[in-house]
Amino acid sequence: MLSLIVFWPAAAALALAVLPSRLPGKWFLRAWVAISAVDLALVIAVWVAYNPHGGFGFTENLRWIPSAGVGYHVGVDGLSLPLVALTSVLFLACAVYSLRETRRPRTYVCLFLGLETVCIGLFVALDLIVFFVFFDLSIVGMYFVIAGWGHGPAARAAALKFFLYTFVGSLALLLGFIGLYLAATPHTFDIVALIRANPLAGRGAYAGAVLAAIGVGLAIKTPTVPFHTWLPPAHTDAPATGSAILAGVLLKMGTYGFVRIAMPLLPDAWRRYALVFIIVGALSAVYGALVALAQPNLKRMIAYTSVNHMGYVILGVGAAGVLAGTDAQARSLAVTGAVTQMVSHGLITGALFLLSGTLWDRTGSYQIDAHSGLAGSAPAFAGLTALAAFASIGIPGFSGFVAEFQIFAGSLASQVAATTVAVLSIVITAGLFLRALQRMLVGPLRLPETVPAGTGFADLTVREAVAVVPLLAVSAVIGVAPRWLLDVIEPAARHLVGLVAR
Amino acid sequence: MLIWVLLGVPLAVGAGLAVCGQRTDRVAAPVGVAAASVTLGLAVGAAVLRPSASAPLFIGIRAGFAVDGLSAVLVVTVAAVTVAVLVFAAADIGAGEARSRFFGIMLVFAGAMVVTVTATGLAVLLMGWEVMGATSWALIGFWWHDRRRVEAGTTAFVTTRAGDIGLYMAAGAAVAGGAGSLQLDALPRLGSPWLDVVTAGVVAAALGKSAQLPFSFWLSRAMEGPSPVSALLHSATMVAAGAYLLLRLHPLLAASGWGQPVVAWVGAATAVALGLVAVAQRDLKQLLAASTCAQIGFMVLAAGAGGVAAGTAQLVAHAAVKSLLFLAAGAWLSALGTKQLAALAGAGRRYRLVGVTFTAGVLALAGIPPLSLWATKDTVLAAALARDPGLYAAGLAAAVISAVYSIRAARLIWLPAPVEGNAAYDTERPGTRRVGPLMAAPLVPLAAAAVGLGVYALPAVTAAFERTVATRGEPGPPGWSLGLSAGLAFAAAAATWRLTGRARMPAAVTATLGGWLGLEAAAHMVVVRPTLRAAGALARFDDDVVDGAVRRLAAAAVGSAGVAARVGEVGVDDVVAGVASGARRLGRIARRPQTGLVHQYYAQAAAVLVVLVAIMVLVG
Repeated sequence: MLSLIVFWPAAAALALAVLPSRLPGKWFLRAWVAISAVDLALVIAVWVAYNPHGGFGFTENLRWIPSAGVGYHVGVDGLSLPLVALTSVLFLACAVYSLRETRRPRTYVCLFLGLETVCIGLFVALDLIVFFVFFDLSIVGMYFVIAGWGHGPAARAAALKFFLYTFVGSLALLLGFIGLYLAATPHTFDIVALIRANPLAGRGAYAGAVLAAIGVGLAIKTPTVPFHTWLPPAHTDAPATGSAILAGVLLKMGTYGFVRIAMPLLPDAWRRYALVFIIVGALSAVYGALVALAQPNLKRMIAYTSVNHMGYVILGVGAAGVLAGTDAQARSLAVTGAVTQMVSHGLITGALFLLSGTLWDRTGSYQIDAHSGLAGSAPAFAGLTALAAFASIGIPGFSGFVAEFQIFAGSLASQVAATTVAVLSIVITAGLFLRALQRMLVGPLRLPETVPAGTGFADLTVREAVAVVPLLAVSAVIGVAPRWLLDVIEPAARHLVGLVAR
Repeated sequence: MLIWVLLGVPLAVGAGLAVCGQRTDRVAAPVGVAAASVTLGLAVGAAVLRPSASAPLFIGIRAGFAVDGLSAVLVVTVAAVTVAVLVFAAADIGAGEARSRFFGIMLVFAGAMVVTVTATGLAVLLMGWEVMGATSWALIGFWWHDRRRVEAGTTAFVTTRAGDIGLYMAAGAAVAGGAGSLQLDALPRLGSPWLDVVTAGVVAAALGKSAQLPFSFWLSRAMEGPSPVSALLHSATMVAAGAYLLLRLHPLLAASGWGQPVVAWVGAATAVALGLVAVAQRDLKQLLAASTCAQIGFMVLAAGAGGVAAGTAQLVAHAAVKSLLFLAAGAWLSALGTKQLAALAGAGRRYRLVGVTFTAGVLALAGIPPLSLWATKDTVLAAALARDPGLYAAGLAAAVISAVYSIRAARLIWLPAPVEGNAAYDTERPGTRRVGPLMAAPLVPLAAAAVGLGVYALPAVTAAFERTVATRGEPGPPGWSLGLSAGLAFAAAAATWRLTGRARMPAAVTATLGGWLGLEAAAHMVVVRPTLRAAGALARFDDDVVDGAVRRLAAAAVGSAGVAARVGEVGVDDVVAGVASGARRLGRIARRPQTGLVHQYYAQAAAVLVVLVAIMVLVG
């Protein structure tokens, strides 16, 4: 079942690729919507059938390269299933958003379908090499999305920077994986076997080096301060859908790596160096918020708020490594909040990036000060942007609050000073989003000079609204009634907290 | 079940109206008023039946709601004021405006207050608390074409959220300290230092929400919103939420040791300072706003002094009085197009019903016996007296000041209107020159409450109320104190009545007090501008240093690749070339003896033979 979910988009892409390219582009685009919808339906079926208290479900374990201890091992649990669901929802939203794409639609669709396979494959991987392969392929796929469909020549430079930077990260990750492999007897890359074996227990310096390699690799992908500078240009010059997938899904590969690999496989080292992650997380949160406050470009601003939001996640997972002075409730809250934040950020930032894409389509600019009074001619755009901004600020009623409240409530016991610093940034994000809203949306109408006079600013089309509204709606459902999600995450979070504490 | 419906009706109907937008503009007013009325009915039912319910929320934390005595008083007050305000708004927010958005967000705002006052734990309380802040942004900035109003909303939200950090910290500290359920009644049992963190967080959040010193300035900016918003925000919701939280958590303040005096003195200081600010205002809504801070100061003072029933009674009476006064001010603003006090001369004579009800409200605000705020304020003062004579003195001074600003407003509206007409009319919006029945209707019951709640002074009523909010044996005001405060109120009122329109305040005083003590400018100087400067500096640091390091590393990598290319190419190639040329040279040397002449070969063989013999001799 999981393999079907993983490879169905890629298989469909292969089928589309052999169709003649002179077929109308909209056929391919509509096919993408249908293919992604099928994948989402399959994911929902898995969600319904999954037993949250049963550990890994839907596992498949096939021999792949047995001589090197590599197997095709996949499965889902409460940490990965929400991210698989997030991925399929976001890709479907992007498919709907892209229905009017005119530039090389066949290649575009095949590329995104391939990316969908890669993203879901990473989240279900239970083998380090399978994880690594998907990790690297995601970088390749996103490189082509940014370089091929981004905004002008700057996009190629940004894509190259993204590729090289995150590729270096993946090499560090591979080093760490090999370190784990060599330490285990028998040698294996199997995550479940490595969790059971805990091969680096009591091996101080070696375990520290492996954690450093894995930590840096994941921190680059997440990204945290100071490894985040590939993110703003990549977002600014990527197409809206590329940004949505990059922020919504690809960043989660980094944070997911922490909860799937770094914490359960290296519990000793994680506990010893938890403070490092707590401080990096808090620093990312406040630094991302402050730098975002100073950005004149809407997309760069949202990109830096991603650094801020991912900082909360790192703070939460770091806090789970501090046993002194905390209880299991606090640590479970922090981890549950961190996983919820991954889902929440994907939905909300995905919506924000699609909305900024609609801005680009109309005015060709992301400059905040170049726009004013958009609410007058585009009430739906303004309303949804304001809602998405408030969701991102972490207002109750949206998923962000559910995530952040748990992270803060669970982290304070571990590290008072760092958590306080992180909490301060919720005021900064509130200020920066409201400043952007009050500059762009209200007051008299003003558009960039590049927009021909008399064109006006058209409101969202049905297609754009259908792409954005469900993302915010799911966020609101999580915000109002979070139990259906937390019931899946919490058992896995508790289990993880237990693994870290062993 | 009842409690879920009580919470669900305003929130769900409000969210529905807000999301539907223009499509439901036509039905928004009746639907909004109906939803508020149903909520009032449910609130009364809840006050009688005292329901409670809970549902799982987070690990070890349940979403609990309960209507106990204190909550019962609050939910009925909130729901009643909401009905009055929405009836007024049905007339004030015209058919051409975004009524669906307005009524929808007003209902969500009120519903969030209901959540706040019925929550039994910090997590849910914070949810209502924050939604109230966010919706206040949308309500204050309702007329968004005017960017200034939206900026005022941003000021309100960001300022109150700065205080809200305290509640996030308090939740974390409660988990850390072992009160992982976050139940409000578990908080006072925490041990130090977590008890102190929780107390500090709660106090900061409450002072921010209640616009106490030093946060008061946001309330001045909040006046940019429509009058019904002011009437709701300043009476039973938002600013009252802070006072409610302190009254609810008074055991926490008591347990911390330092919480009570800090809170009491901040309340007293706000009551005095913002009372003086109110005296100096030229704009009726600004006067009322400053007086809100001052009156909430009495509630905060009561919470700090342990007078829970007194503070709650003050909250209810003030809610009736202040919503009445804001609606009256809104009625004049709608009819005459101004809220400047000088321009409102004669407004009371022109619209008598508004004038009479407004006067009833300001007399209550002035503390004139036997009206509502006279009764409640004296019990607050009694609680202060039992705690600290200094607090009592400050409270008494604040009471005198409230008489001054109240009577000043009353006097101005009853002055004769200028004969030649008033040039200041229609300066803020085009006036309609009429106050319709929908606008006038809510004023009457609110005035009746502002007057009638004076029954609180009767000992039987006070005792019954204390039983309701489950406190016991709060000190009643001694006879001399009642006489003293009444006498001072009358004296101050009489003096103000005589002097208003004749005496002038010194310009320096007017500037400082009129500008709300420069609090907003100070906040900008101390917090906002340094933050923005730090943000700008960090953004440059990020580009130049953090990303610069990456760029330099990349450039260095490319550069060293170039060097490697040069060194590598030269080295390897040279070795290959060297081997080749060496071989060539050897080849040349080897070719030289091969001349093809036999005598030369013979000579060479002889020479080699000699060498061989020589070697054999030497070795052997």
